[in-house]
Amino acid sequence: MIRQLSKPNALHNFGFIACAFLLLFVLPVVLSDFQINLLGRFLTYAIVAIGLDLIWGYTGMLSLGQALFFSLGAYCFGMYLNLETAGTRLPEFMGLYGVMELPFFWQPFYSPIFAIIMAIVLPMVVAGVLGFMIFRSRIQGVYFSIITQALTAIVALLLIGQQRLINGTNGITEMRTIFGARLADPGTKIALYIATVIVLGLVYLGCRALIRSRFGRLLVAVRDDENRVRFMGYNPVVIKTLVFMLSAGIAGLAGVLLVPQIGIISPKQLDIVASIEIVIWVAVGGRGTLLGAIIGAVLVNTGKSTISTNYPEIWQLIMGSLFIGVVLLFPKGVVGSLRDLFQKIKVNPRREYLPLSAEPSAIEVETA
Amino acid sequence: MTKKIVEVKGVTVSFDGFKVLDDLDFSINYGELRFLIGPNGAGKSTLLDIMTSKTRPDKGKVIFDGHINVTRAAEHRLVRHGVGRKFQTPSIFSSLTVYENLEAAIGFKTRPYKLGKGLSGEQKDKIEETLEITNLKEHRHTSAGILSHGQKQWLEIGMLLVQEPKLVLLDEPVAGMTRRERDHTGELLHKIAQNRSILVVEHDMVFVRQFASTVTVLHMGKLLCEGPVEQVQSDPQVIEVYLGRGHKAA
Repeated sequence: MIRQLSKPNALHNFGFIACAFLLLFVLPVVLSDFQINLLGRFLTYAIVAIGLDLIWGYTGMLSLGQALFFSLGAYCFGMYLNLETAGTRLPEFMGLYGVMELPFFWQPFYSPIFAIIMAIVLPMVVAGVLGFMIFRSRIQGVYFSIITQALTAIVALLLIGQQRLINGTNGITEMRTIFGARLADPGTKIALYIATVIVLGLVYLGCRALIRSRFGRLLVAVRDDENRVRFMGYNPVVIKTLVFMLSAGIAGLAGVLLVPQIGIISPKQLDIVASIEIVIWVAVGGRGTLLGAIIGAVLVNTGKSTISTNYPEIWQLIMGSLFIGVVLLFPKGVVGSLRDLFQKIKVNPRREYLPLSAEPSAIEVETA
Repeated sequence: MTKKIVEVKGVTVSFDGFKVLDDLDFSINYGELRFLIGPNGAGKSTLLDIMTSKTRPDKGKVIFDGHINVTRAAEHRLVRHGVGRKFQTPSIFSSLTVYENLEAAIGFKTRPYKLGKGLSGEQKDKIEETLEITNLKEHRHTSAGILSHGQKQWLEIGMLLVQEPKLVLLDEPVAGMTRRERDHTGELLHKIAQNRSILVVEHDMVFVRQFASTVTVLHMGKLLCEGPVEQVQSDPQVIEVYLGRGHKAA
């Protein structure tokens, strides 16, 4: 039921190349620097949304911990940016709280490569340990969502409590340069935007290959009937842990791209609303379609930004009503609804539908 | 004495103090097609649960293939050792096509990170062969969710077949089928029984009479009788259990 648009591959590839061309060469010329920066941020959100779609849309596990993985990635890279900005001195906030020496765990973050690797590996490790324990105990459905949400809240509290080590509620804010280039320069902003587009493209292609592979179909099988997967000789714990780790890694990677574009990372990014917003992007776009995740993230955030500037007092009411409307009227999301529409117009060539029963009569006289 | 593919020894299972299986001994030989019947609540499904390690017994043990301790094995590992099970309700993956269902089943020994690759030629042949004998050839690209009830059951049997299990456990494979579908299922059973052991739990006595050779009757968690179908049918105890007291004419 939920699968990729089964258009011919050629059309799909053409669409992909056209979008890439538009994002890479047309929009940077047409849009203002401010708008490009905004779009760049939305595209990092799209990367996170793809990760959530893998585990929610395809595997059927609603994770409310994606904001945690996203923020862990952002914190890792934010620490590097903070150190680079501080140069040979300590980060500014440490001086304010009387820290005289750089804490040991900050040391390796002088290396951008280490920071990027940690931004991906750390969320994966957290997801791996948490996922393995949850899935092994056969905890499913809403309980999985609650546990991931709780972990996010716990980490947020932990970060808020560590005022001296990572600047508590304020978060890490002192970031002015990246690889020696000033973050405020329009050139740097364009470069970050281009990097985001490329990473998004690669993540999209990678995930598309994954869900079209046998492993991807197994994810759908887990969503349909996990118990049957187990009695088919697979260990669902392994499958679910792997895909959960993958989605966490993708979120972490998105965090790396986000933090230089917004110049701040604080525990605010880990609040309950943040995780739920990611769910909304995917729901609006259409879960179980990778394209839907991207479209949802960009659409919802564009809407949020436009409405909040024009109607600062009531924008949350308007957004909320829109979400409720979409979920009630188009439960399959934008992409899912469009696909249904296309299927009504033209019968999908890859799917045959059964004629009604070929049996002579459904109710046969049983000779007992 | 013939060798046994599975041996249930002194197994007791109780739920809330009620003994579902009571010190039960039961076994199936290599290559045997066995039918298991019994009134509701006799413990038939629980026996299957015990043999697939879905339920752990309070007492007793189950040995598969001479050396595997079923009660200690994880469910999915047991499947890899060669125990296939079909559940009572058709459980197939409705979002996947018929072909994809079989494809998922055949990869059950593949390591997850190797699932990115396609199937081997041998595996493809096996799937084609299974599509043929389950009559699903022209429905290969149909979503499994829109198959008819009978076709779903055949697909599930097909998913067992591609895994080439040593022992197949089928829980009411013909429930809700038309006569024609039932006949086809019976033929399918004989076809696949040629080189493996099969245990069929069934309520439908017409079906049992038609296709069974050896029948085991379970009642109140104990073996009531076991033997050729004619003998079991004329057993006074079985008649009483099935038809109640005072109903001697079958």
